[in-house]
Amino acid sequence: MKVGESVRRPDAPPKVRGTFVYSSDLRAEGMLWGATVRSPHPHARIRSIDASEARAMPGVHAVLTHEDVPGKKVYGLEIADQPVLAFEFVRYWGEAVAVVAADHPEQARRAAGKVRVDYEVLPPVTRAEDGKVLRHVKIRHGDQSARADVVVKGEYEIGMQDQAPLGPESGLAIPDGEGGVDLHIATQWLHVDQQQLAGILGLPKEKVRLTMAGIGGAFGAREDLSMQAHACLLALKTGRPVKISYSRPESFVGHVHRHPGTLSYEHGANRDGTLVYVRARILLDGGAYASSSTAVIANATCFACGPYRVPNATIDGIVVYSNNPPCGAMRGFGSVQNCYAHEAQMDKLATALGMDPVELRIKNALETGDRAITGQAIDGPVPVAELLRRVRSFPLPLGEEGEGEGRELFLPGGVSNTTHGEGVKRGVGYAAGFKNIGYSEGFDDYSTARVRLFVHHGKPRVEVHTAAAEVGQGVALVQAQVAGSELGVTDVVVLNADTRVGSAGSSSASRQTYITGGAVKAASEAVCRRVLDLAESELHPGSELRIENDSIVDAGGKPMVSLATLLGDAVIEETREFRPRKTHHLDPDTGQSDAHMQFAFAAHRAVVDVDTELGLVKVVELATAQDVGKAINPLAVQGQLEGGAAQGLGLAVMEEIQVKDGVIKNASFTDYLLPTILDMPPVKMDILELGDPNSPYGLKGVGEPPTISSGPAIVAAIRAATGRAIDRVPVRPQDLTL
Amino acid sequence: MSAVVLDVRIETTINGEPRVAEDVWPGESLLYVLRERFGLYGSKNACEQGECGSCSVYLDGALVCACLVLGGQAGGRSVTTVEGVDADAVQKAFVEAGAVQCGFCTPGLVVAAHELLQRVPHPTDGEIREALAGNVCRCTGYGTIIAAVHMAAGR
Repeated sequence: MKVGESVRRPDAPPKVRGTFVYSSDLRAEGMLWGATVRSPHPHARIRSIDASEARAMPGVHAVLTHEDVPGKKVYGLEIADQPVLAFEFVRYWGEAVAVVAADHPEQARRAAGKVRVDYEVLPPVTRAEDGKVLRHVKIRHGDQSARADVVVKGEYEIGMQDQAPLGPESGLAIPDGEGGVDLHIATQWLHVDQQQLAGILGLPKEKVRLTMAGIGGAFGAREDLSMQAHACLLALKTGRPVKISYSRPESFVGHVHRHPGTLSYEHGANRDGTLVYVRARILLDGGAYASSSTAVIANATCFACGPYRVPNATIDGIVVYSNNPPCGAMRGFGSVQNCYAHEAQMDKLATALGMDPVELRIKNALETGDRAITGQAIDGPVPVAELLRRVRSFPLPLGEEGEGEGRELFLPGGVSNTTHGEGVKRGVGYAAGFKNIGYSEGFDDYSTARVRLFVHHGKPRVEVHTAAAEVGQGVALVQAQVAGSELGVTDVVVLNADTRVGSAGSSSASRQTYITGGAVKAASEAVCRRVLDLAESELHPGSELRIENDSIVDAGGKPMVSLATLLGDAVIEETREFRPRKTHHLDPDTGQSDAHMQFAFAAHRAVVDVDTELGLVKVVELATAQDVGKAINPLAVQGQLEGGAAQGLGLAVMEEIQVKDGVIKNASFTDYLLPTILDMPPVKMDILELGDPNSPYGLKGVGEPPTISSGPAIVAAIRAATGRAIDRVPVRPQDLTL
Repeated sequence: MSAVVLDVRIETTINGEPRVAEDVWPGESLLYVLRERFGLYGSKNACEQGECGSCSVYLDGALVCACLVLGGQAGGRSVTTVEGVDADAVQKAFVEAGAVQCGFCTPGLVVAAHELLQRVPHPTDGEIREALAGNVCRCTGYGTIIAAVHMAAGR
């Protein structure tokens, strides 16, 4: 089990058998079910809450309101502004107002329906233009009054996307009988949950212990608290274990979404295609509470121009509060919205210049040592031009997808059999994108790993313990591969994540392989040094020793002693924290700073068929090239590239949370359209391993870039097929026909 | 609204074994009964609306979404869940092909792919796509799932 091998996931066998335990599968003796009372208004004053009838219902054990929150009544990842349970006001449709625990989930739901909340309905702020500014990030780079020969302008609108992890928000809180609580939970960051919960519950952290339960996907949706505090409050109140598991409609109001936005751009270039300036105003709707909006807008602003050399940039990124559903983290984190805009602009510019759109991009592609619009010189490989060349060089599909039996599956409209090819036009589009890996703007980003080596049933075993969230991406296996590589031991066990070990930070920002991988590497190296010291003191070898295949070997690879013999009863354990290089705050007036730790790049080519009469789109093929630095597990990397592209396709042509007057109109999988196996085409991939000189093994974060440029390439292809200037996503039939 | 009356008894056969659930609320879905009454959590609760296929099971040999069947409707009938389905080849192929990430869709896909291969031992890409169109996966992008079904068909 080594770095660079396509090792099979140890959690896959229980997952295919249905025995893997997810957070919604938990149960305990005497367990109660929680249900949540939610606001039916996007904005209202709470005059009173009467829970007496609900409390008297059969099977009901507790009904809690904000008055029952013993500690901090508000929480939040960046700014504590979101009530645990609403008091005085509700600020979005679906906001939690009270929670109920009952013997049966239906009893809990019905009791929740009997909690009488007297609302004074207030007018909601539902347009971002009318919202209160939460953060305004300014970039003033180069000459602010630069002029250019050729100028193109555009305004682009991005819909609200849902992460839609299949596993619902769920968990089980078990009171310990001594005032503390154990929470089994699916979360992206155990320790930030623990910290927030301790504050809310008014308990020291030691009394709020978290254990990771199986996670059914995350994609940003599990960064903020959802039911965690509610389950703990109910468990502590009733003295009984309490499980909460959201329904799908509830999940749509139970987590934050990708920010919708309006992006106004102006690009100026010389006649030869050299970019002179970009001016942009990016307005994102943060919804009712801050969540991670302040960091999302920083990303949207810092990466506003895409992976191109832009000597002069004037960018204003603004995120506002409104009474719409709260928005926060989703895969791509601010770099998705802006990619639709900057890539549409590059295509517009190519048209205005009479240039090939890929050549225009290559001409302006960032290279090693170039400065981003934040002034930061980008070090390490910056293969933007190479990625574009590679996606262009894949052979195009032949257009035979719609031939023969079952051909309707491969045409726009699919099994609806709406065309036999008439009115169908093909288009090809390109896009490139980039974003930061890890946390930015001076955040103290780190992870902790404990690595233990001992003899188990006569063989050496390594145990790795971190708090890193295995959300499906494969970070548990990455840890095993790293420890296996560093220690030369075949039996590596990764313990379940919990708060008995130090923080790993979040499974976010494509950072976990880098940061927790780095921590496991550091702890493994420390264990390795101790083992070799021990071996040297006992063997007095003439040459340097190392560990290989469970044995101590000499420089020539000759086994000297088995690890099991050397160790005997000894247990060698080391804990290490790993920190990547420091980042810095953005200058508040100019946005100039070395604010980011690592940059990752990807490019996509999309081929689409459009039924121009009905406005239906079939994505025929996606091709991508991405520099992953070093593929720790190539099979897992391919999974990230393909799965991430599917989420990009979703935003481009299908997925949108429809919000009208602050109310979500499609909070179900019937009405919120996720890409199915019929919608997602084959993905051709070219994975580059160019090696980042600063990172463990040269790796780069992998998870997010596939979600950034995939959608914009699809929209470019739709423009190419139809000749229409499409300026909003997801692209709807009426956008292609009216 | 009337009280939640827990008064139904369900006698059914699950994975070949006779099982009885007592004191069931008549509104409980087969999915809820499988999970919370019989402890068979392999069938997953992702949408509970018949859209995602994560709770796919056999009911008297027919592929159904357990969330769309009332628990009481399983009375006197035979249910096969992912825990009981004889789908070794499919399961191995899913592991080998890298078709499992978070895995929440996987049990439903295993049952649905098993059903396809019973009907069509060597399906084309198109047949796989059509048969699995009712199973949503949010992680993989489906390519590895198609590869896994082909791999299982080759065994």
